[in-house]
Amino acid sequence: MKIADKNTKAVDLVREALEKAKQYEDYHCFISMNEARALDRAREIDEKIARGEKVGRLAGVPYALKDNYLSREGVTTAAARMLDNFPSPITSTAVAKLEAEGAIMIGRANLDAYAHGSSTENSYFGPSHNAVDFDRVPGGSSGGSASAVALGIVQFALGSDTGGSIRQPASYNGVWGMKPTYGTVSRYGVVAMASSTDVMGCFAKNAEDVDLVMSIMAGKDPKDSTTLDNFWTRELADAKPKKKKIGIIKDFLGDGVDPDVVKTVRDYAAKMKKNGFEVEEIEMPIMKYGLAIYYIVQPAEVASNLSRYDGIRYGHRASDITDLDSVYSKTRDEGFMPENKRRIMIGNFVLSSGFFDAYYLKAQKARTLLINAYNEAFEKYDALVCAVAPAPAFKFGEKTNDPLQMYMEDVMSVPPSMAGLPALAVPAGTSKDGLPIGVQLIGPRQSDQMLINIAKTIAEAK
Amino acid sequence: MSEYKTTIGIECHVQLNTATKLFSAVDNDAVDKEPNSCVSPIDYALPGMLPVLNKAAIEKCVRAGLAMNCKINLTSRFDRKHYYYPDLPKGYQITQMYQPIIGAGVIHLPDGSDVHIEHAHLEEDAGKLTHFGTYSLVDLNRAGTPLIEIVSMPDIHSAAQARAYCEELHRLMMYAGVTNGDLYQGNMRFDINVSVSKTEELGTRTETKNLNSFRSIERAVEYEVKRQIEILESGGKVKQETRGWSDATGKTTSQRSKEEAQDYRYMPEPDVPPVVLEQSYVDKVAASMPMMPDEYRSKFGLLNLDHSESEAILNYPILAKRLNEVCDRDIKLAPRVAHWFSGVLLSEENQDKNFTLATAEELTELSEMVEKKELSSTGAKAVLMEMYDKKNTAKTAHALAKEMNLLQENDEGALEAIIDEVLTAPECAKAADDVRNGEMKAIGFLVGQVMKKSKGKANPATVNELIKKKLQ
Repeated sequence: MKIADKNTKAVDLVREALEKAKQYEDYHCFISMNEARALDRAREIDEKIARGEKVGRLAGVPYALKDNYLSREGVTTAAARMLDNFPSPITSTAVAKLEAEGAIMIGRANLDAYAHGSSTENSYFGPSHNAVDFDRVPGGSSGGSASAVALGIVQFALGSDTGGSIRQPASYNGVWGMKPTYGTVSRYGVVAMASSTDVMGCFAKNAEDVDLVMSIMAGKDPKDSTTLDNFWTRELADAKPKKKKIGIIKDFLGDGVDPDVVKTVRDYAAKMKKNGFEVEEIEMPIMKYGLAIYYIVQPAEVASNLSRYDGIRYGHRASDITDLDSVYSKTRDEGFMPENKRRIMIGNFVLSSGFFDAYYLKAQKARTLLINAYNEAFEKYDALVCAVAPAPAFKFGEKTNDPLQMYMEDVMSVPPSMAGLPALAVPAGTSKDGLPIGVQLIGPRQSDQMLINIAKTIAEAK
Repeated sequence: MSEYKTTIGIECHVQLNTATKLFSAVDNDAVDKEPNSCVSPIDYALPGMLPVLNKAAIEKCVRAGLAMNCKINLTSRFDRKHYYYPDLPKGYQITQMYQPIIGAGVIHLPDGSDVHIEHAHLEEDAGKLTHFGTYSLVDLNRAGTPLIEIVSMPDIHSAAQARAYCEELHRLMMYAGVTNGDLYQGNMRFDINVSVSKTEELGTRTETKNLNSFRSIERAVEYEVKRQIEILESGGKVKQETRGWSDATGKTTSQRSKEEAQDYRYMPEPDVPPVVLEQSYVDKVAASMPMMPDEYRSKFGLLNLDHSESEAILNYPILAKRLNEVCDRDIKLAPRVAHWFSGVLLSEENQDKNFTLATAEELTELSEMVEKKELSSTGAKAVLMEMYDKKNTAKTAHALAKEMNLLQENDEGALEAIIDEVLTAPECAKAADDVRNGEMKAIGFLVGQVMKKSKGKANPATVNELIKKKLQ
């Protein structure tokens, strides 16, 4: 990470980032820029350095902020018309912690509206583009963040991951993406998607940067009762795996998975073997139910969490309305994207009286079985490895007419989310067409740093 | 019509008097505050806001539960109840649908009957909507105030019992110290479920919502019972529905039928972890509970008070506590103190007095002075009022009586001098003669004259005796 000091000016770091953002404007990584304020902050940091004062661990480092984090700087849109022009009176805990260490937000990164999607095609402001192939999606929902890091505009970016929203775009753009253990980073001030699986994480280009950014954001927050005591306290080198045993999830190497993806996973496994790990392929049949569990629990929580957008207190409100019912229906019809509505419909259906037991309750029971399966595997293995998505980045429009096909994108990424486990996506290879392919390392709760340690070992090996 | 059996179950919402709201750290007391001045970003339901449970509300719940002899559930959870209304910012209310903190219990009513509690759960209140002609205004000051909803079993069978149950519930909550208990401010609100039936099988019930006075509860039950019987007698069927009560018309009216009932789409609240209590914590709270009305009742039963008198005192936990303390000092002196409480202190003009001021020691002493005839009952009442006047509380009853020049003259020598003076006075000559002639009615006039001359300090009984002795 390039950090401001006596020889490197924060203003130069920020200017460089802003120039690159301009250069890659066509990629539409950002919904809005924070130019003036970012330069002001950079100058403040440079002055501090000139006076010999202490500056933070991320002094002057420009970063991209997924536009579902609230910050007093600018407006938060969540890429939805519903929150168009919403100036937040508060700053999320994660952002406050980064800024306290001197990080500088240069712009708000694009996403699928309310983080619903796998391609940024659901953004009210239009999609972002894949950093490697302009004609392809950057993945989603944190597509703008991933693309901005891959293009070298910023050294790191924040994302949020509910069922793969960090890992899948990381994989599509060939960068590192960390989905930490559930409860690692405070969710306070981040537009909620599905509360029981939402986690805040980051994109970067190497192990050290991921570790540094996460170590700053991690920790207990009195404003989020689901946060864990800070466990992100070790030196990366000290977070070594004990068993040196890795399980490759065989269930994700079969039908429906792109041969290039399968090859990449097997190559990665081979590399691990070469570097002193014992590697086995294991069967985890419950994995095939992960997607079904996820697409019941997640829409239920989505429908609930989106209830507050009613046009009464803030955000969009439809005009020409005469009664309360149309305040709600017209506002929500105009403010939400089709995918948001689809999830609200599914969510309300599975929660409705008479269906709750058959869907939601059953999904929660299956979720427990999934967690048990992971726990059993972790008795034997330090970590599990599988691909992040069944195929490399797809072309724009390829899946927009088939929501189920789009949901299939999440089949490998949702199981760790449902279990609250850490999962790290790392670049592992390329397809025949030169598209990046990533793999994910999944570990027991709070083994986040160990996953980074393993991935670093493999990344640095010949 | 008497062959109809009435069955009533009552749900009561109690606003807890915590310093801050259930899930946010803003002022929970919105009385006399500007609309929307006690609202945090959490209550306003900004994006990304998360509820943080107020621990003080949990303690209040435990206290309320113990006051109702309820089981305290060591693990309880929150759920979301969804519906759209402008006074509900999140679009859902955080409540406890599946695992409430307070389990089953029972309340003993003064008439000896028992009403069982099904459960009670903790939840947040909604805001308030005020409707004008073409628009409505939202006030979110109350949004997020902690509430417990107490659900009774259908153990109640008359309007009077319904009222007695609600009054007892109010007393229990006041004794437990969990609410300000101001019904006018909506601190306690009651929903009554009423049905009538000629058979063992329960009839169709109606729910009349949002009653906030004991009188309206009694009246609403009476009205509903009469209305339902009339429907059944004329061959009709009672509709299951939600009804509203109007104090002005004395009637309930239909608000929403069962078919229109909403599907609340309950879901476990993922943002608030389960509440897990240790038994030792519950025990600690139990140890800190004050005496409850029931215990006071059995003790005050020894004082031979009127039922209404003791119940009136029980409505004021501090007075019950004081009376009990007086009992512990000298039970013989307690009935007089009880009469002072019910007759003097609880009269209209003294309702605003600070009832905490007079101590049990002072009250016992005052009662004892009357007992020893050192003070007339009129004088004692004057001293009593002085005790509740803040300025003089530091003084003993005796010191106050002396300062107020109210100590009775029991010294017979001094009294005889006054009596002689009265008996020789010309205006008293006729009365004195009457008494000499055995017309004892006239003695009252003479005693009165002596009292007057002694400025009320003479003990009338002693005076009476002395006059008799002199004139016979």
